[in-house]
Amino acid sequence: MKARTMGRHVRESLKSLGRNSWMTFASVSAVTVTLLLVGVFIVIMMNLNQLADNLENDVEIKVITDPAADAEAVKALGEQVRNTPGVSEVVHATKDEELETMIKSFGDELNLYKQSNPLGDALYVKATDPHKTAEVAKKIDSYDYTYQVVYGEGKIEKLFNVLNMSRNIGLVLILALLFTAMFLISNTIRLTIVARGREIEIMKLVGATNGFVRIPFVLEGIWLGVLGSIIPMVVISVSYYKLYTQWQPKLQNELFQLLNTTPFILQVNGLLLFMGVFIGVWGSFMSVRKFLRV
Amino acid sequence: MIVMKDVYKKYPNGVVAANGINVEIGRGEFVYVVGPSGAGKSTFIKMMYREESPTKGDIIIDGINLATLRSKRVPYLRRQIGVVFQDFKLLPKLNVYENVAFALEVIEESPKQIRKKVNDVLALVGLTQKARMFPNELSGGEQQRVSIARSIVNVPKVVIADEPTGNLDPDTSWEIMKIFEQINARGTTIVMATHNKEIVNTIRHRVIVVEGGLITRDEFEGVYGYES
Repeated sequence: MKARTMGRHVRESLKSLGRNSWMTFASVSAVTVTLLLVGVFIVIMMNLNQLADNLENDVEIKVITDPAADAEAVKALGEQVRNTPGVSEVVHATKDEELETMIKSFGDELNLYKQSNPLGDALYVKATDPHKTAEVAKKIDSYDYTYQVVYGEGKIEKLFNVLNMSRNIGLVLILALLFTAMFLISNTIRLTIVARGREIEIMKLVGATNGFVRIPFVLEGIWLGVLGSIIPMVVISVSYYKLYTQWQPKLQNELFQLLNTTPFILQVNGLLLFMGVFIGVWGSFMSVRKFLRV
Repeated sequence: MIVMKDVYKKYPNGVVAANGINVEIGRGEFVYVVGPSGAGKSTFIKMMYREESPTKGDIIIDGINLATLRSKRVPYLRRQIGVVFQDFKLLPKLNVYENVAFALEVIEESPKQIRKKVNDVLALVGLTQKARMFPNELSGGEQQRVSIARSIVNVPKVVIADEPTGNLDPDTSWEIMKIFEQINARGTTIVMATHNKEIVNTIRHRVIVVEGGLITRDEFEGVYGYES
């Protein structure tokens, strides 16, 4: 195809948006409403996902060393734990630090233990993959000089199950919403094209090839998608930015953290634009196809 | 120019619209196709520009066999043939000029050539003054002239017209016929299905009568010859 013809297609597709202004309005509204829904949902789901990740990453193993072990032995154990496959991080707390923590939690009565501290040093261990916590804990438990290895056995499995389930539910909901959006939008586009079925028939009768007929419609689909995704992109970007600047400072030390505005907003916008364009093109393509058999 | 050999056409609902048609139309001829409604006239015409395909037999137009033509090639066939419809089939959202230019855009003609050819052909059908008007602002006769302009702007070898005066009053019909005569005088073959007895009997040309899916009469300088 000549570049000149492509230029004609672009011009025609833009003209057609104006000439079929009501249909354009209907399609763009459908794209806007559904993408807004999808976008808001994605923002919520991604942030909940982030919360789930944080919860998972917060899972740690506490290794209480044998109180009888001397400093050398504890250090060696620390080294051994650090070298265990699947361990990402080990924090060493001396028995005095442990006692301080207990005093903070349980009260000053425990001060009298300062004379003779019955506790052992503790190692706080994080697994590279939180789902393998139990495995890592079991391994560490087999080492010498460990007195007790605690990691919330039973509870973290439940936590992981709940988190996985909520992730899956979120994914299913997003997919369901996406499908609904695709059908809603492609149906609206189909209606606009059905109204122009005669036009397509005439084009074919004067000798237009399928490609020649199709390209302006597909381009129109692109414009509809782009136009329809503008409002959702702006609304979601502005609202999320406001939400982030207002709430994030208050969430400083919480497990729940909002995702950083960049690149998150850009990613969401890119996704919305892509979906708008894809749905527009797909809707046009499928709808025109029916009328090309003249 | 146009050859039909043993052409049969049976529709899925069982109607037989062509039951062994054999005909030959030479270059530069002007042919009326007449016959009662439902006799297979429209099918006869539609098969020539491949809106319908024959069930059996060959249709050869300027050396191209439509029966074996792949659907991908159909647009290229249609560019060789100008078609004029009873209901004009103009694009309602394009103005007169754009409707005619469309047939040239399809073949990727240069803008300069498009301007020249469209203006020439609009002058021929007498619509230069109405080039910027839209189909719904024109009378039936004017719309039909646009349709004719579009059909001949590519300078096709054949113009096929399916009841081009069917929707027009007598005076307008004569005007349209004058234009067809002019086109024919330039050497273009014209095949016209019509119900207009007066036209057929006045402007004498070859007459092909289609009845019951068969050619029952084929006369040079013929007459309408039956009561419709």
